[in-house]
Amino acid sequence: MKNMTKTSKDNLTTILMIVAVYVIVMILRSAGLINSQMDGLLVPLCVYATMAVSLNLVVGILGELSLGHAGFMCIGAFASAFFSKVFEQSMGVFPRFLFAILIGGLVAGIFGFLIGIPVLRLKGDYLAIVTLAFGEIIKNLMNVLYVGRDANGLHFSLKDAASLGMAEDGELIINGPLGITGTPFDSNFTIGFVILLLSTVFVLNLINSRHGRAIMAIRDNRIAAGSVGIPITRFKMFAFTVSAVIAGCAGALYSHNLSSLIATPARFGYNMSILFLVFVVLGGIGSTRGAIIASIALTLIPEVLRFMADYRMLIYAIVLIVMMIVNWNPRSRAWIQAHSLTKLFRRKEGS
Amino acid sequence: MALLEISSLSIQFGGLRAVDDFNLTVEKGELYGLIGPNGAGKTTVFNLLTGEYKPTEGVILLDGVDITGKSTIEINRAGIARTFQNIRLFRQLSVLDNVKVGLHNQYKYSAFSAVLRLPSYFSTEKQMNEKAMELLSVFKMEGEADTISANLPYGKQRKLEIARAMATNPKLLLLDEPAAGMNPHETQELMDDIRYIGENFGITLLLIEHDMKLVSGICEKLTVLNFGRILTQGDTKEVLGNPEVIKAYLGDD
Repeated sequence: MKNMTKTSKDNLTTILMIVAVYVIVMILRSAGLINSQMDGLLVPLCVYATMAVSLNLVVGILGELSLGHAGFMCIGAFASAFFSKVFEQSMGVFPRFLFAILIGGLVAGIFGFLIGIPVLRLKGDYLAIVTLAFGEIIKNLMNVLYVGRDANGLHFSLKDAASLGMAEDGELIINGPLGITGTPFDSNFTIGFVILLLSTVFVLNLINSRHGRAIMAIRDNRIAAGSVGIPITRFKMFAFTVSAVIAGCAGALYSHNLSSLIATPARFGYNMSILFLVFVVLGGIGSTRGAIIASIALTLIPEVLRFMADYRMLIYAIVLIVMMIVNWNPRSRAWIQAHSLTKLFRRKEGS
Repeated sequence: MALLEISSLSIQFGGLRAVDDFNLTVEKGELYGLIGPNGAGKTTVFNLLTGEYKPTEGVILLDGVDITGKSTIEINRAGIARTFQNIRLFRQLSVLDNVKVGLHNQYKYSAFSAVLRLPSYFSTEKQMNEKAMELLSVFKMEGEADTISANLPYGKQRKLEIARAMATNPKLLLLDEPAAGMNPHETQELMDDIRYIGENFGITLLLIEHDMKLVSGICEKLTVLNFGRILTQGDTKEVLGNPEVIKAYLGDD
């Protein structure tokens, strides 16, 4: 323990923070102090925090702006819900959900890799625009996708349910704009906590390794990274794919908490992607802990201030602008440093 | 056999021949200088050597291996490392991590063992830390290992760039104006450091420099470029005494 560096202490703090919140919530819950409204928020909170960890890897560590992260979550949600529907009767709850999460992550990861091939040749604004388009395409594709199953196997269509050509006993699994209904409710707060914890440990361990350093080197100076022999494309793809896998797992957690999974703009549209970006920016770009705290705070605030929920996005905008001014203005930074609590105490001691 | 052999290297940007018929032979262990007025094409030669630009004509041999037209990454692995005229550090990383990025291809473990923190992660990281500290100690920067590199004073940023380049274990190190912006005291320190590297690390050095005190102080041989062409090359003393060179720098009377 005494040999720990500053960063590993920092990481331990983050992990302990997550564990502490989980323990506190579990105690409050068993004491009956959490109302049903808050209880219903616990799984989404884990989903959003995991998404914040995932997006932080792309935006904060790789330094590329992705505005389509809700798309990866969407893929993970549908792939895992589809799997759970197909194997609903034939597998036990725990192994089924475990596989569902893995499949959600895997399918999202495959899409992340395939999309990364053309997209990561772009930089900055161009990359942001293309990922934004990708997110929208995925959402719209899910709205016209019909998948059914009968004795002959699976049927796919992008037109309507009738054109699937299923036998009489056929069962519709993905019903176009009506999505997937009746996904088993396998998600719960404990599983959400485990997924959040695992992705956080995964990302933090990755950042503090030769792979993480290579990714951050590319962010800080691409030309210099190339000059010391870092394979730039490979590490960009790697970070992007890992991020997509984590987003897919979060999607699996999300879909198994819904009675009907529909690819609505409110759930998987660009507003959602922007919201994830807000978590990352507000938490301090590159800080995993900050992103988690911001995601929890920004999910809870509108619930607490429910009477003004329609003004939520307005509040985000104001908070963002204020944060940017406070964080980047040299005068406000100097003011914060001069008035920080530790300084205040020290001055009092001296006088 | 010479370490670096460049023959009739040229690159054309549109109508401009930035480097034209460039020939250079650097022997192993030499301290070689590349000088010339601003815009003569010195940095372009470095960019050609490191694969940043692809030459229009010519062949580059490193230790007898043809590296012409290879990528920057392949060339770095073949044994050429460089520093930049306008400093290019990984600004948000610590001094130690900057050097450790340079060690990336020397010390390996899988992403799997990184994420699961397997023993190979800890043992390799320990070796990397030791090696990185050893390189920093050449520049007496061990004390600043945890400093964020952007916060280093200018002279030390230049030195850190050299340490990072050395971390890739190069045969040939290219220094692009290492003393630019340094005061005379810092320049003197840098000269000692460069000499030390050449003698103790078995690294051959090719450097671009405008500071004539540094050039005449440490370079054994010189090549003078002017308008993309070689004006003259040879032993430092002879070259610096050449009236053509003085004319190129100071203009005609």
